[in-house]
Amino acid sequence: MPVTFTLNGRATTVDAPADMPLLWVLRDVLNLAGTKYGCGAGQCGACTVHVRGRAVRSCQTPLKNVQGAAVVTIEGLSPDGSHPLQKAWEQLDVPECGYCQAGQIMAAAALLAARPKPTDAEIDAAMNGNLCRCGTYIRIRQGIHQAVRSVATNNEEAK
Amino acid sequence: MSPTLTLDRRSFLRVTALAGGGFMLASYIEPLNLFAQGGRGNTPPLDPNAFVSIDANGIATILAKNPEIGQGVKVMLPMMIAEELDVEWKNVRIQQGDLNPTKYGAQSAGGSTAAPNNWEPMRRVGAAARAMLIAAAAQEWGVPAAEITTTPGRLVHAASNKSAGYGQFAAAAARITPPDPATLTLKDPKNYRIIGQRIPGVDNHKIVTGQPLFGSDIKLPGMLYAVYQRSPVIGGKAVSANLDAIKALPGIRHAFIVPDSNGAGSMSGVAIVADSWWYAESARKQLQVKWDEGITATDGSAAFSARAVELSKEAPHSTARKDGDPDAALTTAAKVVEAAYEYPFLAHAPMEPPNATAVFKDGKLEMWAGTQQPGGVVNTIAQALGITAGDITIHLPRMGGSFGRRLYNDYVVETAVVAKTIGVPVQLRWSREDEMRQEVFRPAGYHFLKAGLDASGKLVAWRNHFVSFSVAGAPPAPPREGQPQGPRPAGSSTLNATEFPARFVPNFATHVSMMPLGVTTGAHRAPGSNAISFVMQSFLDELAQAAGKDPVQFRLELLANTPIPQQGGGTQFNAERMAGVLELVAEKSGWGKRTLPKGTAMGVGFHFSHQGYFAEVAEVNVDANKRIKVNKVWAAGDVGRQIINPLNAESQVHSAVMDGMSQMMLEVTVEAGRIRQGNYDEYPVLRMRQAPPEIEVHFLTSDNNPTGLGEPPLPPVIPAIANAVFSATGVRVRSLPLSKHGFSWR
Repeated sequence: MPVTFTLNGRATTVDAPADMPLLWVLRDVLNLAGTKYGCGAGQCGACTVHVRGRAVRSCQTPLKNVQGAAVVTIEGLSPDGSHPLQKAWEQLDVPECGYCQAGQIMAAAALLAARPKPTDAEIDAAMNGNLCRCGTYIRIRQGIHQAVRSVATNNEEAK
Repeated sequence: MSPTLTLDRRSFLRVTALAGGGFMLASYIEPLNLFAQGGRGNTPPLDPNAFVSIDANGIATILAKNPEIGQGVKVMLPMMIAEELDVEWKNVRIQQGDLNPTKYGAQSAGGSTAAPNNWEPMRRVGAAARAMLIAAAAQEWGVPAAEITTTPGRLVHAASNKSAGYGQFAAAAARITPPDPATLTLKDPKNYRIIGQRIPGVDNHKIVTGQPLFGSDIKLPGMLYAVYQRSPVIGGKAVSANLDAIKALPGIRHAFIVPDSNGAGSMSGVAIVADSWWYAESARKQLQVKWDEGITATDGSAAFSARAVELSKEAPHSTARKDGDPDAALTTAAKVVEAAYEYPFLAHAPMEPPNATAVFKDGKLEMWAGTQQPGGVVNTIAQALGITAGDITIHLPRMGGSFGRRLYNDYVVETAVVAKTIGVPVQLRWSREDEMRQEVFRPAGYHFLKAGLDASGKLVAWRNHFVSFSVAGAPPAPPREGQPQGPRPAGSSTLNATEFPARFVPNFATHVSMMPLGVTTGAHRAPGSNAISFVMQSFLDELAQAAGKDPVQFRLELLANTPIPQQGGGTQFNAERMAGVLELVAEKSGWGKRTLPKGTAMGVGFHFSHQGYFAEVAEVNVDANKRIKVNKVWAAGDVGRQIINPLNAESQVHSAVMDGMSQMMLEVTVEAGRIRQGNYDEYPVLRMRQAPPEIEVHFLTSDNNPTGLGEPPLPPVIPAIANAVFSATGVRVRSLPLSKHGFSWR
């Protein structure tokens, strides 16, 4: 049964099984490979996307659950990689292998949307579900703080 | 570059006939010896044209030859070339090379070898390319080449006031015969403009914007997706399966049994090929297979531990090292300390599970394979598919971590076999559970230690009965010099006879006994060292305490002993370099000088591996519920005179510390030949909240050629934390994981 939703701002209709996880719809059907498979069990966060503005594990989200929803993936977080988190990640050289980082950025972006100036404890709580086997955790935390600072600076300049 | 072809002629994974009649992956045949490949002997020079191309605007495209697993090699090797080529880094573009060792030299990732093996040849490639540009300009301008100098990206002849960008002479330079490397003068390091700079990863923008980059991101027209079900007992063979029922399921195109590859490195299993990986994975849930489980179905972790204790009480099977008379010295020692140490099997669990993509057409195979040893797999695939090595093309996509897993190419061979069988492009992807249960595991190990101190607290006797593993059913190892013919050690399960404190204790013995093991074992980031450092540096801490000495002071005194000369070749352990990093980390961490609150304490450890010297201090706090917080780690390393990319070097140390912490809380248990753990819920890799908030990294530069950093920072953090836990709680952890003793991270 076709499912219709908004994907990165564009109306999208997919004819696939209703219980097919969103992760595989994105990767294998829609050819958006930025969202990663890591565990298939909601354990690692590599597949994190935004559905209705909230960070969800796309490997645990059946296609039918996104009927009518706004879905944003790493490819749609910004038009050109200009989201403050994306810029901070590049400046601080956060990635090592890089495989988990799309999920990390999507989880962090949802956090900042809800809590524009998170504490370290809030960062840890929001990011604890996202594994990084390379152990880039210190730079991930720095990257989130740097993104917060850059937004604050931009807001200041805009006044 | 003939020695680099070594990897083409051998495979790190071989299949050996077993007594039980089955076949099994056996990584023990070829120990990882990546050091043998580079930087030695008279090898023909690499052609600069293979690595450097410059367009008319002076943009230099530099080829990155080695596979990228997150270690930063895709930036580091081009940095070496760019430095000697003398270009601005902003005008450099990096292109990943396909597998072509004839053209590029050895292409591998592992053993922290990229820096030491490429430091000389890659800089010479850059210098040769620069010399060719100079020669082309000299011809055009009619001036002696010796009078031409360069500024970044420009050729300059000061006497005639001529200058031109590299782009103007690039085409002519490409036709110049490359110079004899012996005639090239490399830069004085004080003039470096790129080496030593903090240069971020070349793929960062693609990573943060989600562009296709990794092996599992490859998509070919008409490509299908495959899962591959192997025997739950590693090495078992598929006898029959409900293939017709599977083929009737939605989206399924093919389902077939793959026999083992008769010596060509893949294991028997059932392939299911579908329009989407999810269809294939869903169908697998209904797959029923009759397996011939082979000889390893009786393996069990608990039985191994019990058997190791029994063996420790018997005469050892062999003696790897003996100095003086340790047994006599132990009877006369003023104080004797005895302890048994144990560590478990581990899985690598890289975030991206093993996968490969292949298309077989008209007798030729084209592959996209994330592998640390692409050169090692070509002949294996040729044998498995009945084609020649020349008919195989291998592209090297970025890998989502590896930690040693992708040194073993079993999944690559599987993919090639499936691609040939179905004749259409296919991507074969392992699930997380496949990855965790079809591993090449870090072997468990058991050390039964006894050491003696004299009245002054000096370490005078050391005896270790190390119980390890041999490969079940394998033919015996060939006799080695001074060693009787005996069972084949399992992959990565041996203890180096020169492992510290060997040579620094007058009466010293390392005895070895082995138990047959069915599951496959092999290299895991800092192989051997990641386990042995925990044992040696924890036991040394026990001895320091028994001697009533400060742990750092006790170690420094031991390092100051005159070492027994090392027999034979190999890398020499340099005690002065180790003492240097130990003193540095003690100073930086304020060792012995800081007053810490109750429940908070520091611990220290050092380790020499992969030519690198690292000493680390951890500060931990342990609460009443045995929950451990690692407040901070200080790491001091000596990897030679030049840190090539300090930004990435610091990342590698962070990564090693985090990985070491993960290892302390992880275990894989074998039960009836099967692996219990299947996913991250049962294999709790370190998470953000548990990570230390700060890691302070210091490098001590010494007058030695640069060596690698992927591995040497890992081993010492494990004993540093274990020793800190002892200081904080009085609980001496002699076996891992920490969770066995009720500890957890907080």
